[in-house]
Amino acid sequence: MKPHPLAALAQVRREWLLLAIITVIVLAVGARAPVFLTWRNALDIGNDSAILAILVMGQMLVLLTRGVDLSVASNLALTGMLCALAGRAWPGIPLVVLLGMACAIGAGLGFVNGFLIMRFNLPSIVVTLGTLSLYRGAVFVSSRGAWVSDQDIHPLIKGLPRETLFGLPMLIWFAAVVVGLALYLLRWRREGRELYAYGGNPSAAVYAGIPVQRRIVMAYTLSGLLAGLSGLLWVGRYSIAFSELASGYELTVIAACVIGGVSIGGGVGTIGGAVLGVLFIGVINGALPVIQVSPFWQQAIAGAVILISVVLNASADRKRGRQILDRPLGPELRSPQGAAA
Amino acid sequence: MKALDTWERVLIALIVLVYLGFGLGIDGFFSPFALADSTYNFSEKALIALAMALLVVAGEIDLSIAATMALASLAMGLAMKAGASLPLMLLAAVATGALCGALNGWLVTRWKLPSIVVTIGTLSLYRGLAQVVLGDQAITGYPETLSGWGNGSVGDLIGHPGLIVPLEFAVMLVMACAVGLFLHRTVHGRRVYAIGANPIASRFSGISVDRYRLGLFIFAGVMAALAAILLTGRIGSTRPNLAMGWELDAVTIVILGGVAIEGGRGSIVGTVLAAVLLGSFNFALGMLNVSGIVMSMIIGTLLIVSMVLPRWLKLLRRPATAAFKPA
Repeated sequence: MKPHPLAALAQVRREWLLLAIITVIVLAVGARAPVFLTWRNALDIGNDSAILAILVMGQMLVLLTRGVDLSVASNLALTGMLCALAGRAWPGIPLVVLLGMACAIGAGLGFVNGFLIMRFNLPSIVVTLGTLSLYRGAVFVSSRGAWVSDQDIHPLIKGLPRETLFGLPMLIWFAAVVVGLALYLLRWRREGRELYAYGGNPSAAVYAGIPVQRRIVMAYTLSGLLAGLSGLLWVGRYSIAFSELASGYELTVIAACVIGGVSIGGGVGTIGGAVLGVLFIGVINGALPVIQVSPFWQQAIAGAVILISVVLNASADRKRGRQILDRPLGPELRSPQGAAA
Repeated sequence: MKALDTWERVLIALIVLVYLGFGLGIDGFFSPFALADSTYNFSEKALIALAMALLVVAGEIDLSIAATMALASLAMGLAMKAGASLPLMLLAAVATGALCGALNGWLVTRWKLPSIVVTIGTLSLYRGLAQVVLGDQAITGYPETLSGWGNGSVGDLIGHPGLIVPLEFAVMLVMACAVGLFLHRTVHGRRVYAIGANPIASRFSGISVDRYRLGLFIFAGVMAALAAILLTGRIGSTRPNLAMGWELDAVTIVILGGVAIEGGRGSIVGTVLAAVLLGSFNFALGMLNVSGIVMSMIIGTLLIVSMVLPRWLKLLRRPATAAFKPA
């Protein structure tokens, strides 16, 4: 078998490759339009990517368990709408209550997903497809189809993403804290490691005594919680709440995960990669208007990038014997030269 | 092959319930024209759901199927603008659909990728390309014949104005019969089941698994093109958001029709019945002035209930099987 032309690229650690690609894009765009390399623009991209980063952290936990959560965007919209309605109904509501409410509603909706998937042993894609429609419809029902527009959004909700702390916008701080917590969970906490273990080999995880049911529900609940938090931030940032809020955004979230090297097959993926995946989408979206490419290209480019990155991944995975009729390698063939011969 | 398994009977009962319940409740629901009208709600979706059912039975999924429709419709529009005749326009649509399906199939078989990832990627790509070409414009001015296909009835076509069965519904029925015969009555259909149940064992027993997968993806593209032709004819324009979100509707129809999402089980009869059930339900709610988003909420609930109920009953009957089995 001749070595594939992409095989050399696949040897490089994927995070570095992605970082290099992002750097090249940033420098290339910066060379054409120096305004792209300013601090102001970096803040804009960071601000635009912050909510995506929060959602990606939640989605990543679910993807690690071989599941997928398609309901995040609907969850975001429902929580955001309920917070906006609460803010309109009770003008004296403190910010802590709003934050707690967003997290609690989001976590509750996520728990419903996890419970259905765990209790009835259902495929996650179908359950979350159902709750995607269900939660989206609930947004409409709770608001009676009306918009909550700028003047009705509570000033605390609107103010939250606009606050700055140590020169950085609050949105970026939120994303940084969530990423930090996710990193802590997945690297140093037993619960996080158990997600990897379950995704890598579900049966082995059961025999190893991992409480898999609780871990699965935990992953979906956390994904929902982060979606709820994102809902509050989203409504604040764009200061509007309506039924179609963030409709279809779940695919962008999954795209960022896939670009960042989180495997849909479960058990594989790093926080660093996922953050770079978010950054990649952010940089592309920020760069298109600067180099005067129509923003209509955004989606097509995102699609092409997903395909290229999964194909790159696949050529890296090929070595691990995914093929059905591969010859078993003897000890003398294990070295790379032997395999090529 | 049991064409009417337990699940199919449940679906039939539900359809009867919907038609009787709303028929007695809403004035004019039982008029033949209203019944003919109600089929427009599901005919095009059923076409892509048929292809989706084959893919899901084979253990694959195509989330890009609605985006493929947009591209096929776009190809037809561009061909029209370039001055092509109607047959050439149709050819452009079908070729584009087949090409989109072939790209999906190639990525899945050549690179051994999970189809859900591939088709999320191509969903973005195809929809994105349609947006790039069209921007915020629309292509209109399609020939009268096309609109006749989308809106007309079988009676108009053969000269019996009394026969008000819509042409789209007839096309859907013919395709359903063809796909049903293929899946349930041919060796190839049995192989599709085998591939879905266990692709590795199928490969060892001499089935060219990848060729079947590629073929099914191309078929999905062609069916998307067919649905796009009918839909474009019916609404008379091509927009970048044509059939937006229909991939999820198609998956819902397939699951509600009793096809197992993990592959290897399911029937075409069930899929068609589910399409009819959802379509008539939507139509009845539409007559009651229920908003579309509430309908999708009810459909989502139906989807979950239809999955949970059988398993819940099983758990009630045999509590010993309640232990969690990892996937």
